[in-house]
Amino acid sequence: MKKPFAITLDVGSSLANKTGSWRTERPMYVDRLPPCNASCPSGENIQRWLFLAEEGDYEGAWREIMVNNPLPAIMGRVCYHPCEGGCNRAQLDHPVGIHAVERFLGDEAIRRGWRVEVGSPPTGKRVLIVGAGPSGLSCAYHLARMGHGVTILEAGPMAGGMMRFAIPKYRLPREIVDAEIQRIVEMGVEIRLNQKVTDLEATRREGGYDAVFLAVGAHIAKRAYLPAGDATKILDALSLLREAERGEQVLLGRRVLIYGGGNTALDAARSAKRLGAAETIVVYRRTRERMPAHDEEVREALDEGVMFRWLTTIKGEQGGSFQVEKMALDGEGRPQPTGEFDTIEADALVLALGQDVDLSFLGSVPGLAVEDGVVRVGRDMMTGCRGVFAGGDMVPAERTVTVAVGHGKKAARNIDAFLSDTTYTAPEKHELATFDRINTWYYADAPRTMQVTLERARRESTFEEVVQGLEESNALFEARRCLSCGNCFECDNCFGVCPDNAISKLGRHNRYGINYDYCKGCGLCAAECPCGAIRMEPEST
Amino acid sequence: MFRQLEGSQAIAETVAMCRPEVICAYPITPQTHIVEGLATLVKNGTLSPCEYINVESEFAAMSVAIGASAAGARAYTATASQGILFMAEAVYNASGLGLPIVMTVGNRAIGAPINIWNDHTDSMSMRDAGWIQLYAETNQEAADLHILAFRLAEEISLPVMVCVDGFILTHAFERVDMPTQEQIDSYLPPYAPRQLLDVDEPVTIGAMVGPEAYTEVRYLAHHRQMDALELIPRLSAEFRETFGRDSGGLLHTYRTEDAETVVVSLGSVNGTIKDVIDEFRDEGVRIGAISICSFRPFPMESLRVALAGVRRVVTVEKSLAIGLGGNVAPEVREALAGMGISVATIIAGLGGRAITRSSLRGVFRDAVEERLPPLTFLDLDLDLVHRQLERERADRRSGPAAESMLKDLGAVASRVG
Amino acid sequence: MEAATNGQTVGPARVRFYQTGTFTVGNRLLDVSVQSVQSDPRRNNSLNSGHRACQGCGEALGARYALDAAMRATKNRIVVANATGCLEVFSTPYPESSWRVPWLHSLFGNAPAVATGIAAALKVKGKDDVRVVAQGGDGGTVDIGFGCLSGMFERNDDVLYICYDNEAYMNTGVQRSSATPAGAKTNTTPGVGEEPGNVFGQGKSVPLIAMAHGIPYVATASVADLRDLEYKVQKAMGLHGARYIHVHVPCPLGWGSAPSDTIRVARLAIESGLFPVFEAEWGEVTGRRRIRDLVPAQAYLEAQGRFRHLFGKHPDTRRIAWIQDIANRNIRRFGLLDEGVQS
Repeated sequence: MKKPFAITLDVGSSLANKTGSWRTERPMYVDRLPPCNASCPSGENIQRWLFLAEEGDYEGAWREIMVNNPLPAIMGRVCYHPCEGGCNRAQLDHPVGIHAVERFLGDEAIRRGWRVEVGSPPTGKRVLIVGAGPSGLSCAYHLARMGHGVTILEAGPMAGGMMRFAIPKYRLPREIVDAEIQRIVEMGVEIRLNQKVTDLEATRREGGYDAVFLAVGAHIAKRAYLPAGDATKILDALSLLREAERGEQVLLGRRVLIYGGGNTALDAARSAKRLGAAETIVVYRRTRERMPAHDEEVREALDEGVMFRWLTTIKGEQGGSFQVEKMALDGEGRPQPTGEFDTIEADALVLALGQDVDLSFLGSVPGLAVEDGVVRVGRDMMTGCRGVFAGGDMVPAERTVTVAVGHGKKAARNIDAFLSDTTYTAPEKHELATFDRINTWYYADAPRTMQVTLERARRESTFEEVVQGLEESNALFEARRCLSCGNCFECDNCFGVCPDNAISKLGRHNRYGINYDYCKGCGLCAAECPCGAIRMEPEST
Repeated sequence: MFRQLEGSQAIAETVAMCRPEVICAYPITPQTHIVEGLATLVKNGTLSPCEYINVESEFAAMSVAIGASAAGARAYTATASQGILFMAEAVYNASGLGLPIVMTVGNRAIGAPINIWNDHTDSMSMRDAGWIQLYAETNQEAADLHILAFRLAEEISLPVMVCVDGFILTHAFERVDMPTQEQIDSYLPPYAPRQLLDVDEPVTIGAMVGPEAYTEVRYLAHHRQMDALELIPRLSAEFRETFGRDSGGLLHTYRTEDAETVVVSLGSVNGTIKDVIDEFRDEGVRIGAISICSFRPFPMESLRVALAGVRRVVTVEKSLAIGLGGNVAPEVREALAGMGISVATIIAGLGGRAITRSSLRGVFRDAVEERLPPLTFLDLDLDLVHRQLERERADRRSGPAAESMLKDLGAVASRVG
Repeated sequence: MEAATNGQTVGPARVRFYQTGTFTVGNRLLDVSVQSVQSDPRRNNSLNSGHRACQGCGEALGARYALDAAMRATKNRIVVANATGCLEVFSTPYPESSWRVPWLHSLFGNAPAVATGIAAALKVKGKDDVRVVAQGGDGGTVDIGFGCLSGMFERNDDVLYICYDNEAYMNTGVQRSSATPAGAKTNTTPGVGEEPGNVFGQGKSVPLIAMAHGIPYVATASVADLRDLEYKVQKAMGLHGARYIHVHVPCPLGWGSAPSDTIRVARLAIESGLFPVFEAEWGEVTGRRRIRDLVPAQAYLEAQGRFRHLFGKHPDTRRIAWIQDIANRNIRRFGLLDEGVQS
């Protein structure tokens, strides 16, 4: 068409006008550290695997978990999920039920027989791991993926450590433990059972191992001196749990006292209930608030009828009657005796006062240092002895399966570096994705009906294992509750709200690009990003 | 085919045969009979396809025409007087966008004082709006000019205003040789727009143009009107071939051969002027007349040729450039610059005042006898004016001048208009 | 009206999608068929990059939202008439145009009539598949173009008219229009004197006036609710006759709000009740977008410099309360809160 001069123009020709020159600030896509990830002792990229699960890509999500944690089905059951404690969604309604989704994914993997391939060619290096608990298994798994040869020597008759002998079945079915361990074995990890290491140096030398990871746990029950007669049964919690695990008949009587305030005390109390005790009373010297056991466990124990005697110490026993003293908290919250005494009738007392590490086999290891009954390790998890690393309950840390798994991963990375004469440097952590960076407008409340279902599922998932975990629809729902804090979840908001069409979609999972030729730096994309994944930065020139 | 019919009806039927596709109109005296006629022709299916839009104002009328034309339809509207002022912004816009809209103006005075009768103040107010302005002398020409107007507008992509004296032509019954549909179809091809709002070939029409190109845009508009000076005679010649009669052209001359005095005018008044010319010629006075048909573009060269050898020119104008005098005379003077021809202005027929032969005879005689002042108001009631001026000198707050003067005339305001 | 997403947005057949992204522009978890137009990488970008709108311009955003939706609804067969104003000026300074649609600018006050003319031409040419959209700012719509708008409505011409309401004459440097809200400062209603800012008159609701013409469809919408806006444009394009959509578009320059706050401010206008979002068919209200998270009018006012004179050391509590009354009246009149929820 012969167009009139100037008054008629070609469509879209304003592309010649590069409005990017107006900009004083430029938007930048960032990945911030979601609080769930930040608080996961195993270092899982929770946001990322939830992102995949949201799409129904359960295998992808599971594989994302497996990058950091080889035991999702176990972890989904027994982890005390500090991730959920950090979850920003808690400030909207309830935290995302991360553990429940993880359990669903872990179970799905077992059901479908998903496997992990060894990702690297064999290095020819051999690593000895002592102890087939969560820490040892985790370390073995990661080392195997890196191509190293791994041998685990386990003193006990079965692999799993505390996962098998301390955590009751109602929390963790044994076929789950078996399945997840089997998957590691199938990667080429050798587990030798009933192989108690008595002299580490000798074993290491004889096996020709290039490095060692110690993960024997802490399974020697602490005892307290209690003057007592013979009529009453006194046993430690680990023994109780171990006997229950072996299916042995444990005769506790009608009324059982549990002495202690940790998770093991509660496991023992709840197990005692299941073993037939009509009344189970947890005796603890401080208050509920100061109890080291996780609140959830306390709540569930209460639900099951476990009773508690707070601010109480046991002084001794005579003729089936326990003398107890009332305690009071001092200004610093420490329990102090009050001189007020009382008695409690009981048929048995279970001591749950903590566990010590069996250090007997470490006598000849040069340089290895022990402090407060645990092995000292550096930030690289290496003990004072070169090439000997340690983790799990035998090093100073919170004693949970999750921490142990995290230790295993961390140790594996450092061992890998050690084997190649380098140093492992953890990648720098992103800035934390705090709640104030979330644009909550964009997140919907979950419909009530679904929430009710979910609540039940949540309860069930952490209660009796006879009840199923999340159904797929629930798991999907739960995953989709994730706010994706600090990490783009491809909502298209930036793409949509840019008045200058300066943002382009790069395709599924490739996020977005910014065309700085046209971006005027208004900041709408950053302001309207639901999850805080865009940062405005001053232009340098 | 000759028919005896009202000017408006002749225009309506002719416009209809030009096959306008969108007609929009807002009623205003004396344009109403034209748009009523068209409304009937559309309603009864004679003119089809055609969208007839009853708009809410003249501003909307021109705006609808702009939209229609830009979207590829042949668009027509008609207005007068206040209406053209009310649409003024859109009038300029239509030409600025180069849209070949044809509009009839039933020439009428502008208020205040409100007045429904004929003069040229309305179309003169738009003489620089970028439109081509053609003035019709007779009902025959009024009808014919519309055919020419559509052809011309679409050929050069400019809007054309056909100016028809209100009442004198619009409401007068005359014998008109009505063209046939076949004749018009052979003369006027379907509208092929220079630019078009087309979803398959989108363009942006109506950009903002700054100092860097505005002058050029304006120059090009001027240039196109200059082209029209060539085109109008050519199209008029073609018109004669098709329809067998003269209509349009840049100007019409009447007995100007050997004339010493030539009367220049626009529109229907030339009929009266020609009668007077004949009388003078009978007396042996060397006088002739020129009727300018194309006031825009202004036919400078044609005037120079037509007036070569003339001693004096008298313009008879139906509009007043208040504070100056005539609208036409200055342009004629510019055309004749350096030719040594004097130009006098006669303001006549304002607000519908009759222009009589006797009055014209008087002023023409004055002109021939070199007694005509440069500016004359034909049949001005000097006594009345002087009395009012007296009153105003005596009392600065003498009240509305028009009303006072009407009182002097013995007329009551309510009986007028 | 269909139950909408979480009972929030008006519109048919919404997706029961209650997770991240329900209110976002797009969502990778949604099927393509129910994605918003703006989330489509092949969207038309009817208003192209390189336009000269200010940073964070609500009108530029609103225009792209609306026209892209209209383009999708008509399979890219629309013609647009545009009134004079910011939108026209920033998009078409010679020699560059930002429009990717057939587009015509004529005058400030005649866009509705121009659109009528286009529609008439298309009809007479038998181009039934090509649809006409007219658009302008509030000045071109509620003031100078009001006569033409009413005429177009009354004749029920086949035109969708979209008003991008930024509540003042922004192109000329922020002067009051009859859409300027009570109390707002503009350069012709300065925030000084005994009665600072715009008059507390009776207001002028062009959507309600449009409804009084009994036309097939009238709706209000906001750049803060893209899906609702797109739904309404799509619905409008599915109808014939005169249709009117009034879109609230914040102007950072004129409102004294941060460019990055454009959508937030628009959202606060909805959530306070000051900008009621509803739709009407044949003159009767048939749907409203309920307030999801009721906020006091003050939250909206405080986000904008044009109301700054109401705050400060000695807040003008009387005028703030008057404005709150306006919000309350809207909430009652249009039923903006879920039943049982009190304002």
